[in-house]
Amino acid sequence: MSAGNANLLRTPIRRLLIANRGEIAVRIIDTCQRMGIETILAASEVDLHSRGANLADHTICIGPPNSTQSYLNIDNIIAAAKFADVDAIHPGYGFLSENQKLAEACEAAHIIFIGPTASQLDAVGDKLKARTHAEQAGLPLVPGGNVSSMEQARQLAEKIGYPILIKAVAGGGGRGMKQVHDAAQLAPSIELAMAEAQAAFGDGRSYLERFIAKGRHVEVQVLGDGQNVVHLGTRDCSIQRRYQKLIEEAPAPHLAPRLREEMQDAAVAFAKHLRYCGLGTVEMLVDCDRNAFHFLEMNARIQVEHPVTEAITHLDLVEQQIAVAEGHPLRLRQSDIHLHGHAIECRINAEDWHHGFRPSPGTITKFIQPAGHDIRIDTHMQRGAEVPPYYDSLLAKLIVHSETRATAIAKMTSALGRFQIAGVTTNLGMHSLVMRDKEFAQGGVDTGYLPRFLQSQTVAAAS
Amino acid sequence: MKLTNQDVQEILDLLDATPFDVLHLQTERFKLTLRRQSTGDQARSEWAQESELLATPQILQPVGTSPPGADPSPAQARSTTSGITPESASAANDDPKTIAIRTSLPGTFYRAPRPGDPAFVEIGSVVQEDTVIGIIETMKLMNAIHAGASGTIAEILIPNAHFAEQGSILMRIKPDPS
Repeated sequence: MSAGNANLLRTPIRRLLIANRGEIAVRIIDTCQRMGIETILAASEVDLHSRGANLADHTICIGPPNSTQSYLNIDNIIAAAKFADVDAIHPGYGFLSENQKLAEACEAAHIIFIGPTASQLDAVGDKLKARTHAEQAGLPLVPGGNVSSMEQARQLAEKIGYPILIKAVAGGGGRGMKQVHDAAQLAPSIELAMAEAQAAFGDGRSYLERFIAKGRHVEVQVLGDGQNVVHLGTRDCSIQRRYQKLIEEAPAPHLAPRLREEMQDAAVAFAKHLRYCGLGTVEMLVDCDRNAFHFLEMNARIQVEHPVTEAITHLDLVEQQIAVAEGHPLRLRQSDIHLHGHAIECRINAEDWHHGFRPSPGTITKFIQPAGHDIRIDTHMQRGAEVPPYYDSLLAKLIVHSETRATAIAKMTSALGRFQIAGVTTNLGMHSLVMRDKEFAQGGVDTGYLPRFLQSQTVAAAS
Repeated sequence: MKLTNQDVQEILDLLDATPFDVLHLQTERFKLTLRRQSTGDQARSEWAQESELLATPQILQPVGTSPPGADPSPAQARSTTSGITPESASAANDDPKTIAIRTSLPGTFYRAPRPGDPAFVEIGSVVQEDTVIGIIETMKLMNAIHAGASGTIAEILIPNAHFAEQGSILMRIKPDPS
């Protein structure tokens, strides 16, 4: 495409519908206000008096509290966008943010969808398709493959090395999954796995892959305009429980410089292969024992943890998304992007971490937040706000930025100490404990760290 | 001795380039101590605050399939969605012949593991203490609800996919004669 054509395709966004809620709605409004874009918040009945609704220029009700009838209702969102006569829809994260049908419905209604194209959403949304694309782009996958006989299994297991994981091809929910630590265990485990898979899914085929005992979740932020792609460095999201991230940092600490470079290059290669247009995240698993990385998946939207990248790049990622969606070619070259210092984000959730992370909906009676230089809070909460039981438990994100990781941890510890929330139970206390933990302070923990740490705290409290 | 602005700037740059908070410089001609404003002065650059309450939102007319006449206020939205208030759910309370199964969390009550699947229990189902009678979805988490007593399901008060307030009665069990 010539530059002249690109010019013709540019559509300035003047009015924008936010098809989301919570802190991300507030976050998007913030950038729009700075850019002079009028905002319309699409809200469910329980969110009509939320902070996002207070801040948006207008709020429009898109249905009952249950998200299937509101935030996941494409017809209502398109109807709201048409009624408000907006130029674009920002889907935020979660809900319909990676939904191909919403992207297609926007196209049919001549509304800009702030995200990649419908076909790119399809390419990364389906795990098998994404794996194929990653392979074509030359990214390393977790070594593995399908087996239908014992002999095949033995050969493949020798090739990928023990320990291995056996999964049912037709499977899900952990059924038919087995860990095998040496060759002697392989035959009985395979037989059992195949029998279980046959019984559960009517399909005995199994899948073998290398079992990564100690892994880190490291991701690379990318931004593309359909032609060019830049990366905005790494983020480490290994502090999680049941696949929910709780603490993120940028850049990922203690990665060998060569490994980090390879991961960043791989993410750019993957996005270029897709001719990716928009903001995206390539998630990878770092094998701590082998010092190697593997492609996991791509998230084709803004991430919850994007502020840590904004802190170290001094960029506004929502602004970048809007610029690309308007049809502007990337204004940034890789050489323009510099990473400064270290940033950490703690997700403050309404949940009782002492009791199995039980959710804690309710009314906020006190909300005093830390403030200061390089301290950022993204939240939709304030005194009097409701935490409805219908949606996720995220109350606020506390982000600090400092010159080094050690000073960032000190800053976070002090900021957490000044945060006061009453009315609902929060995980503020858990974050404070992690920030004071020696293993966390060393950096580069694996995804098993948080469950281990919480277990040790429970044991310590009981004794 | 004379220090120019340029000298001061160069010294400050030097301090900025180091990880140290304090820099002592001593030469034959002068002694200089530079201290970075940090830990000790943290209280002055970091504080806590409460955000102001904002103006009322500008609400446009609703779109889509909301029930006609539904008042979009949070308190009433819940009752129009579920049709069940805590009062009506607890109206038939304390029947001495039955045991109430309550939910300790507010949330959406599901009677089957997946849409289209058969319900966990129906009226007349025989249950044990640990029998799962339904699921409450609160903040995107699914929590299994157990019968809590053995007996027969006598009454179902909250229909499938309806909202249940905290503490409301989901079902009643006629206990086994003991």
